[in-house]
Amino acid sequence: MDQSDVSLAGLREPLLAVDGVTLQYATREQIVTATHRVSFDMFERDRFVLLGPSGCGKSTLLKSIGGFLKPVEGEVRLNGKRVSAPGADRMIVFQEFDQLLPWQTVLENVIFPMRATGRFPRSEWADRAAAAVAKVGLSKFADAFPHTLSGGMKQRVAIGRALAMEPQVLLMDEPFAALDALTRRRMQQELLDLWAEIQFSMVFVTHSIQEAIILANRIVVMTPHPGQIIAELDATDFNYDQSGSDEFVAFQQKINDMLFGHEDTAHG
Amino acid sequence: MAEVSPTQEVGFVELDARPDIERPRAPAHMIGDVAQDLGLWERLFGKTWVRRALVLVVLGIAWEAYARYAGNELMFPSLSATLDAWWQGMRSGVLISSVYGTLQVLLLGYAVAVCISVILTTFAISTRVGTDVLATMTAMFNPLPAIAILPLALLWFGLGVTSLIFVIVHSVLWAVSLNTLTGFLAVSQTQRMVGRNYGLKGVSFVVKILIPAAFPSILSGLKIGWAFAWRTLIAAELVFGVSGNSAGLGWYIFQNRNALETANVFAGLLTVIIIGLFVEGVIFRTIEAATVRRWGMQS
Repeated sequence: MDQSDVSLAGLREPLLAVDGVTLQYATREQIVTATHRVSFDMFERDRFVLLGPSGCGKSTLLKSIGGFLKPVEGEVRLNGKRVSAPGADRMIVFQEFDQLLPWQTVLENVIFPMRATGRFPRSEWADRAAAAVAKVGLSKFADAFPHTLSGGMKQRVAIGRALAMEPQVLLMDEPFAALDALTRRRMQQELLDLWAEIQFSMVFVTHSIQEAIILANRIVVMTPHPGQIIAELDATDFNYDQSGSDEFVAFQQKINDMLFGHEDTAHG
Repeated sequence: MAEVSPTQEVGFVELDARPDIERPRAPAHMIGDVAQDLGLWERLFGKTWVRRALVLVVLGIAWEAYARYAGNELMFPSLSATLDAWWQGMRSGVLISSVYGTLQVLLLGYAVAVCISVILTTFAISTRVGTDVLATMTAMFNPLPAIAILPLALLWFGLGVTSLIFVIVHSVLWAVSLNTLTGFLAVSQTQRMVGRNYGLKGVSFVVKILIPAAFPSILSGLKIGWAFAWRTLIAAELVFGVSGNSAGLGWYIFQNRNALETANVFAGLLTVIIIGLFVEGVIFRTIEAATVRRWGMQS
């Protein structure tokens, strides 16, 4: 990136604009407000993390960006165009392992969205899918069915499948939350390595402060009932190598205090 | 009583420390075989078809033994007499043409029912009203025995294949639709969102996501439907026999009972059982092995 671009960051058109979005969903008895007039701008190549405790509406907000839920107020714009329906320009990686279609092999799973949307010429599908599977380190398992893979491998396939579509923005809904701690840590590093390689834009939802700081260049902090954004923080200075450093711990503590007040020092 | 919580009063007292212990790993070759092969018998007995075949053999022996002990060929012919009658029937071609007549009607009715079921469930899953309509209709018609509407069918369509097809469709349609709809409704929210994320809608969503995801239920519905179709058709043939120009298996059984050819009656029943076992044990099992088992959706 050119120096002049950086100084103009405020004038650049955002890739994704969430503009005064209020979201509501109906349960059997009542209408629940999940987020109340939340706004942020996300720019190309951002690793944008939505962070908050359960019930703060971060996942609901991600679904709305994905086009699954219409805002009752405000709008979501991708490249200036209003988002109104789900689409493969916003590929989603879910938390659940069953997001891979069990009746297709790893390679078929990666090809499936290309076939369904008609993206890329047919002749390129197999090569692109194989390259994506290789990128997430699963070439040996290309012909395996999902039920034979571990949780971490399934999530890798899902990430590879999403990236293979070259989406405008990658939406990730707590993709590592169901993994064990060791696998989770490795996946975070792999995701950063992938980003270093292809510089995709992503919105990543998590409730782990540590995960947010490690992955993000930009963190949106949300509080619940109803979901609101209380801060948008820069996190470009931190990655894994500093996770024990005083600055890292202090930053973690700062976010923790924002979310839970001073009396509670739990983190994670 | 003091207003202080007990933990604050007592504090946290750590246990006595003990020294760390570290042990070297034993080299792999010292441990011996991690996996051992099973013996021949254990392996044979592990196979489902071997165990099931054994059940059949035991039942056959029991049949033969009881028939010889009873010694009444008119009431209860032995297995060997039944097999003999079966062989005679096959050789003379009477039994074969009966089977052919029955299967023809059966497959036609089954296919028609499955096609209607596909249309009904696709409609049902696309709207909430559709789901309610189909759920209500299956609840109404599924418990209604097909044979009970045979008189109506005869009145509407006359004595012929159309009436038989009608009752078969009735017996298959609701069972298959009910299972398919249940399967569709049970497809996980995540998989639905995955499909919609790629812009799949309407029929392509049903074909590419719902049907494969609900395949275990659909398959069990097809199995139940097949069994219902068999029972219904044999029963219907017993009632009025002639289906088109060739008589079916039910008619074969009925006629031989009238002629007191009990061994032939047993041979007819045996044929029904053999075809049932073949469809269940070979056709459906092969489909299962190639689909739901391979996909890990059913163990």
